[in-house]
Amino acid sequence: MTDITFNTAADAPQKPPRAKRKPLLKLLFGDLLSAFLTVLAVLILLGLIPAFNWAVLDAHWVGGPAACQGGGACWTFIGAKARLILFGLYPPQAQWRATIVIVLIVAMVLVSLSPKLWNARLLLVWALAIAAMLVLMGGGVLGLDYVPTSKWGGLPVTLLLAVLSLGLAFPLAVLLALGRRGKLPAARAISFFVIELVRGLPLVGLLFVAAILLPLLLPPEWTVDKLGRTLAALTIFAAAYLAEVIRGGLQGLDDGQIEAAEALGIPYWKMIWHIVLPQAIQNVIPPLTNTAIVMIKNTSLVLIVGVFDMLSAARSASTDPAWPAPSTEAYLFVAAIYFIICFSISIYSRHLEQGVAARTHG
Amino acid sequence: MLSLWYSQRARSWAMQIALLGGLVLFVWWLAGNTHENLTERGIRTGFDYLWRPARFPISESIIRYDASDSFFWAYVVGLANTLWLSFLSILLATVLGLAVGLSRRSAHPLLSRFAGVYVTVLRNVPLIVQLLFWYAIATSLFPVPREALNPLPGVFLSIRGVYAPALTLGPGASMLLIVAAILLVIAIVAGFKLSAGKRLPVKAASVGLSVCVWAGAVVWLSGMLGHPIGLEAPALKGLNFRGGMVLSPEFAAIITGLTIYTSAFIGEIIRGGIDAVEKGQWEGARALGLGERHIMFRIILPQALRIIVPPMTSQYLSTVKNTTLAVAVGYPELGLVVNTVINQTGQAIESILIMLAVFLSISLSVSAFMNWYNARVALVVR
Repeated sequence: MTDITFNTAADAPQKPPRAKRKPLLKLLFGDLLSAFLTVLAVLILLGLIPAFNWAVLDAHWVGGPAACQGGGACWTFIGAKARLILFGLYPPQAQWRATIVIVLIVAMVLVSLSPKLWNARLLLVWALAIAAMLVLMGGGVLGLDYVPTSKWGGLPVTLLLAVLSLGLAFPLAVLLALGRRGKLPAARAISFFVIELVRGLPLVGLLFVAAILLPLLLPPEWTVDKLGRTLAALTIFAAAYLAEVIRGGLQGLDDGQIEAAEALGIPYWKMIWHIVLPQAIQNVIPPLTNTAIVMIKNTSLVLIVGVFDMLSAARSASTDPAWPAPSTEAYLFVAAIYFIICFSISIYSRHLEQGVAARTHG
Repeated sequence: MLSLWYSQRARSWAMQIALLGGLVLFVWWLAGNTHENLTERGIRTGFDYLWRPARFPISESIIRYDASDSFFWAYVVGLANTLWLSFLSILLATVLGLAVGLSRRSAHPLLSRFAGVYVTVLRNVPLIVQLLFWYAIATSLFPVPREALNPLPGVFLSIRGVYAPALTLGPGASMLLIVAAILLVIAIVAGFKLSAGKRLPVKAASVGLSVCVWAGAVVWLSGMLGHPIGLEAPALKGLNFRGGMVLSPEFAAIITGLTIYTSAFIGEIIRGGIDAVEKGQWEGARALGLGERHIMFRIILPQALRIIVPPMTSQYLSTVKNTTLAVAVGYPELGLVVNTVINQTGQAIESILIMLAVFLSISLSVSAFMNWYNARVALVVR
């Protein structure tokens, strides 16, 4: 498990050979430097003992707030507050709806994993699923109680922000990338300006812009709530980064493909949809999944503009005065959830990449 | 007329005019809305507020700030904090990242596993979660000053922050510092000159020796001048430490978080660069009978540098942008100052424009510098 490697831009087709295999003892103490490194590694491990004691040996696994006195981690806190961290302020009697939304998102993502199913019908299913999720979360129709977006919180918000921002950003990114690579100088200039402006800014700045400036820029009668504003910021941010990745894919495409399509008289958009995009995207699957991971991690930043995502819920849960300062445990819990999500995506992307490699290299 | 419709040129012109026209209309519409909204809320616009006194505190800064200073100065103080934070975390993360990258590639089983776990865990957890985690440790798990942890002599970890020995400068110190800097350069150059043409360990030993001689000379000089430069260790007095240098829990958390998070990414970039150097280079070097370490530092790393520099540039840039996350733990860098100013004055558009301008110029100058460096590396190698 520890040997999982990540996809870096500099991934090479051939790995350099490792040094020749030596017996373990010689590897560990073969020469002065190896011996020194071994001692160093052991020292680091010894240094982690207090952390291990805190997390396991001295930890409190059962009981209420009163049981958590003294040193050691207070894992009972996580058990008691898991609902608050996972669902935020969502009304308890409607939490089954938020649960369904989580299950629906995970199911949709799992279904979409197979490259065989990637077609227009899948897009339609996604659109329907997202509409269903929004109805479930918001309610107000079909006899479901209305829940305003200010009451949404926790994991469903994190997942919805990630899926929606990536989904909305993708078509935008394709347009920006095509514009930047295209023949029209005006489109090139606009795309270049938008991409570089957004990429030059920190996401925190963009979130401020969305939270503070958007209400000023739009007509007074248009009210966009906080969640919508942060979604807008995340979308434009993701679009700029995805556009650069897709541009890389377009650059890697052989010019002959486009020339042949033009010679055959295939209309521009048909050529893009059937010939250019499928090949370009296949070339950039590793950086695309990396961008997806980055965007999932970025959803945690909405805490800064006061959206009640999983991290904000954890933070507010740990301020409960009944418990003795369990914020470290709460953040570890949130970190574990993010880790599971992002790590599974990176494993999947490796698998996908190997599939592509197997198909193209025989 | 019909031929005009089918003409490629005419169509592309029409398309571009439509695009630009649409953009102009869109911006016009936004500007109109903004004007209407601002007059409705009675918010003044313009940059003259910059010269009014700010009247809010900034909890820590590397340059002097007082609540009676102007808003402009408050921005400068925030920017200085941002740059200081970026500089320090980039420096530390590069050193740590190099160690992580080399460890992952090493044949040493313990070390490479260890580095693998480190990279995997840190890259898959959002930075802001890590920052809040370190901050929670610094403010809740660290002991009170009386029972402070003491990992190194003179360094104390407590709930009030990290205390470390500080340099104290007496009269005549600046003169001594200048002399010491010149002597240091001479010592290093002399170390290299003396061992010219020798093997790497000999070189390292020679440079190390001359730096030791330098340190002795500086201490002796300092004694001659009546100790203008000294070290002052923090000492426990009453409920807290006095003296020495103090890092607030906020600063300690953000610098720890940024350094560790970035080092995982830099480690991967360095490993990727090493992996991308052609296999034949290893084989050739081994065939010549060179040692593994020699191959790495003399043959592989110099070539890997060409591959490493571009992704490293974007990593450095995103580290600079990531400093804005210090908002989450309350370290007053530019983002936090901008946010405070907006809350105080309502001058949102101006403040955000300033922030955009600052970050765009940082981005552009860092990439310009790295492009220059990249060109240099490319020249040296070829």
